[in-house]
Amino acid sequence: MALSHVFETPVSGFNFENSTRNILLENVLDEGKTKAPKPLKTGTTIAGVVYKNGVVLGADTRATSSEVVADKTCAKIHYIAPNIYCCGAGTAADTEKTTDLLSSNLTIFSMNSGRNPRVVMAANILQDILFRYRGMIGANLILGGVDCTGNHLYRVGPFGSMDKVPYLAMGSGDLAAMGILEDRFKVNMEVEEAKTLVCDAIHAGIMTDLGSGNNIDLCIITRRGVDYIRPYQESEYKQRRQEKYKYKPGTTPVLTENIVPLELELVHEMVQTMETA
Amino acid sequence: MAAVSLVRCERGFARDAAPDWMRQELRTGTTIMAVEFDGGVVIGADSRTTTGAYIANRVTDKLTPIHERIFCCRSGSAADTQAISDAVTYQLGFHSIELDEPPLVQTAANLFREMCYRYREELMAGIIVAGWDKRRGGQVYTVPVGGMLTRQPVSVGGSGSSYIYGYVDSNYRAHMSKEECLQFTAQALSLAMERDGSSGGVVRLAVISEHGVERRVVAGNQLPSFSAI
Repeated sequence: MALSHVFETPVSGFNFENSTRNILLENVLDEGKTKAPKPLKTGTTIAGVVYKNGVVLGADTRATSSEVVADKTCAKIHYIAPNIYCCGAGTAADTEKTTDLLSSNLTIFSMNSGRNPRVVMAANILQDILFRYRGMIGANLILGGVDCTGNHLYRVGPFGSMDKVPYLAMGSGDLAAMGILEDRFKVNMEVEEAKTLVCDAIHAGIMTDLGSGNNIDLCIITRRGVDYIRPYQESEYKQRRQEKYKYKPGTTPVLTENIVPLELELVHEMVQTMETA
Repeated sequence: MAAVSLVRCERGFARDAAPDWMRQELRTGTTIMAVEFDGGVVIGADSRTTTGAYIANRVTDKLTPIHERIFCCRSGSAADTQAISDAVTYQLGFHSIELDEPPLVQTAANLFREMCYRYREELMAGIIVAGWDKRRGGQVYTVPVGGMLTRQPVSVGGSGSSYIYGYVDSNYRAHMSKEECLQFTAQALSLAMERDGSSGGVVRLAVISEHGVERRVVAGNQLPSFSAI
């Protein structure tokens, strides 16, 4: 089977080297009382909508590590190709790496074939990768883009299932976001209406879900180009820093000063001419 | 040796912050059906895909084309059945090009059976293969979970099929016309969708015959209703 774009040759089976290393580490430190840190989950609200002239993707910007917000300005809308972007929910590392891999593959394909990548191709490649790992890669992805065949929105699940739909929400806040989308989605909306709809859907997710929050990012993809608005809407619960953490030179008193000159002598000199012909 | 600080995760929070439906696999939890008639087959399915108790897609298309006049109805795990259909579509397409002839429905059914039986431990897929070919006309083959293969004049599958065995057994007659088969299928699927929580949405129908494929959708509010309760 000729696959001009696949960069890695799929090996059969899984590679569980790291799990044995983790068990070893846990046993060595504190005799098994301390556990390894949990993987960073994005606990997210992401949504996508197909409108008259393209696709609007939206996401919140909170990344959580158990109950702590690890990143307040996490970028969940990933670049795949100039005309294709992907929102990722689930395990942060998995979504990042899977989308990076997809992006590299599509770039190689574009260079080899001289064609712009199609959204359906990106979705198929993602499906192949995720199915091979049988759900072990925790990536729930919304793939959206515009190509010569039209405006498309795909959902790819962690087990490798694919759905083609006109509107979509995923992540831990998706129930609330879906409610907004089901109520107000119409076919062939104008761009402003679509942006407001996606923004409101993400906002609903942020308000009702603890794992989603902070700012809302939007990405509007059309035939003519991409408008990645980050942030589209900032959180009204931003906090100003109470104190300044920069100190003037001279804040710390100097007690003693000791200057030691280093004596260096030239031992060996080698000149190599550069060939610039 | 370790310069890494490890955080204790022993608070009162749930170990896994993701809700139940995010961790569950996407299931088609379904009702699918296929009926042979003289000159072709009628296939039908509901349109609900669930992850646990959440309906992930309420407009799913479970009738997947494998070749020009061969379709499959998918039930079980969405990912598994999509992957199997993709693989069989490739294999059948290759076979058809080699042969320089449209493939037989029996061939497609056997390809499904090979895959479903060989990987029966890893897969969760119940598939009905139906289509038309020149040699034997309309045929329905069922490949349930486990990888059995058998040909039947009428076949139902999926979680909702349990509720309609009685209806199908009592109402099926041999030599029905195309319209009668469509009516029969739509009614059976409505009954199943009425009683099975994992089936619902719209009814998707398709007629496969010598003349090609004709697809129809019956929306939820247009489905036949049966009882006043």
